[in-house]
Amino acid sequence: MAKSPILGLFESADHAADAGDALKAAGVPQADYDFLTDTPYPEGAFGERYESHRLYIFPFVGALIGLTVGILLTSMTQMAYPLVQGGKPILSLPPMAVVTYESTMLTAIIFTIIGIVFESRLPAFKEGLYDTRITEGYIGVLVNVDDADLTQTQTLLTQAGAIDVVRKAEKISA
Amino acid sequence: MQEGKPLNSRQVNRELLVSILNSPKWFFMALAILGFIVLAAMSAAGFMINQGFGVTGLNRPVMWGFFITNFVFWIGISHAGVMLSAILRLSKAEWRRPATRAAEILTVFSLMTAMMMPLIHTGRPWRTVYWIYTLPFIPFDFARGIWPNIRSPLVWDPSAVYTYLTSSILFVMVALIPDFAVLRDRTTGISHRIYGMLAMGWQGNARQWKLQVIAGVLLSALILPVFVSVHSIVSWDFGMAVSVKSWHSTIFAPYFVVGAVHSGVSAVALVLIILRYIYSWQNYIRHEHIDALARLLIVVATGWFYFFVMEVIFGFYGREADEIAVRNFQFTVSPWNIWMMIFVGLTYFVPVSIWLSRSMRRNLWIMSLACVSVNIGMWLERFLIIVPGLARKQLLTFDWYTYRPSSVEWIIIIGTFAMVSMLMLTIARVVPLIPLYDIKEGEILRTEIKIGRVTIPAVFRED
Repeated sequence: MAKSPILGLFESADHAADAGDALKAAGVPQADYDFLTDTPYPEGAFGERYESHRLYIFPFVGALIGLTVGILLTSMTQMAYPLVQGGKPILSLPPMAVVTYESTMLTAIIFTIIGIVFESRLPAFKEGLYDTRITEGYIGVLVNVDDADLTQTQTLLTQAGAIDVVRKAEKISA
Repeated sequence: MQEGKPLNSRQVNRELLVSILNSPKWFFMALAILGFIVLAAMSAAGFMINQGFGVTGLNRPVMWGFFITNFVFWIGISHAGVMLSAILRLSKAEWRRPATRAAEILTVFSLMTAMMMPLIHTGRPWRTVYWIYTLPFIPFDFARGIWPNIRSPLVWDPSAVYTYLTSSILFVMVALIPDFAVLRDRTTGISHRIYGMLAMGWQGNARQWKLQVIAGVLLSALILPVFVSVHSIVSWDFGMAVSVKSWHSTIFAPYFVVGAVHSGVSAVALVLIILRYIYSWQNYIRHEHIDALARLLIVVATGWFYFFVMEVIFGFYGREADEIAVRNFQFTVSPWNIWMMIFVGLTYFVPVSIWLSRSMRRNLWIMSLACVSVNIGMWLERFLIIVPGLARKQLLTFDWYTYRPSSVEWIIIIGTFAMVSMLMLTIARVVPLIPLYDIKEGEILRTEIKIGRVTIPAVFRED
């Protein structure tokens, strides 16, 4: 059966958490509902599921790539200029160190940014239901339910203290 | 540390987006004045490129003057942003909330301005392209018969500064995504579409917030080592120069880093005071925040003063003739000795005397003056390191000379200050300079603790 989104808007974190409890009690899987807020609430404030991620891998991969690129860039540049300066070797390590360090850090940071965007599931222009009141401080409880259960879910959200329940998609435009 | 009154989300949006949604009347006038100064500086730079370096006060052996002084100064200012933002984020200091965004953006603009200075200083800026884009994967244009010293410490500088600039821009952009979503929801037409694109479909779900919070900490931890490396490497532009005696010092890296933090944090405090005044952000940038910055600055300034004294003592202790000649020039020859006294007074004794008093720290006019004082002093510090070192005869130079900046150099230097101010003003029209979600998070964590008969405002803090 097709699933549709429904969004309940709550004025307080307590009511939103109550809605989460009610959905859980009604047998809605945790993967099917989410909490939308305009600020980071402490993890678990709404009894939401634990979100696992692999963000920490990204900087390590980036650093490794950056280190390799840095070593290759600096050593190849020196080899391309085989002129002895001050009796020092052509392939001299001290001048390589700083550039290699910077390329390692730069790539680690770029990969971290990619990781943040990727793990946050962004860009997500076609995500379903949204309400601009969320960025005014309302807490949205977004539920994906079978079409047949929409009315029952709406009642459940209202009983939990929702000040409004939205069923028609408001596009997050780009 | 919770002196302000409680705020709700709607009020935070309304008050902090005022710079974007309701531009004040003076905005375009201020922009025009600053734009005019920048235009004058660009004309002066154009004139200098056309006429040659003869129109500046630079001459052998003083080939580094105002431009390089200004380069080091703006790199120093850029250190405030990430230092404040990253260290305060990592230490979860509550008073960071209104200061981080403005500090990070100041970092970006001062770095951009700093990078312009060596380009102008080359005299023929277009030729710098040959340093970078010639052979695939291999910089430097050997094919054109240009044989630079690829092992020079000067090569390290652009790699460090560009890494810092790229990282800082990305850091700011990631932290802006949730605030772009707020702007997307509050604008119409083309603005709505642009902010929508920048917000990338941000909804504010639990996963996105979790990643955003981790991003703040993780990126802070990654950028901090870059931040330390940048000014260390800038100091090595001098410290690695064996032939210039007063520059060749192992203490330069920490001395420059601490000095950069000193001038940078003072600049951030000044920017915050100006923002509070022009946008009436009294609820957000409060006396407690400026007070906290001033107390931090006492520690930083004293650390800087320690390195300054050590640098001078080491210089004298070796009793090398060339080194003593430079020190003699700095400390006994007028007007350099007068500038030296002014610099130490403005950088340390005047501001620290002010910051020792609580009532002075909370007087925003006096705090502004103290911050301006630090930055004039720190600009002078860089000047007094660079010019006297070059002006005395040393191992590889054949002449003694002094340096007097020309009007062209003055106009370009003043133009850089106008440019950073103009860019800050312009960006305030486009993005919120105080992070909305950070302020809102502070509000939901706000509480009161009753101890005996006293109720104390406080905040919860997550581990």
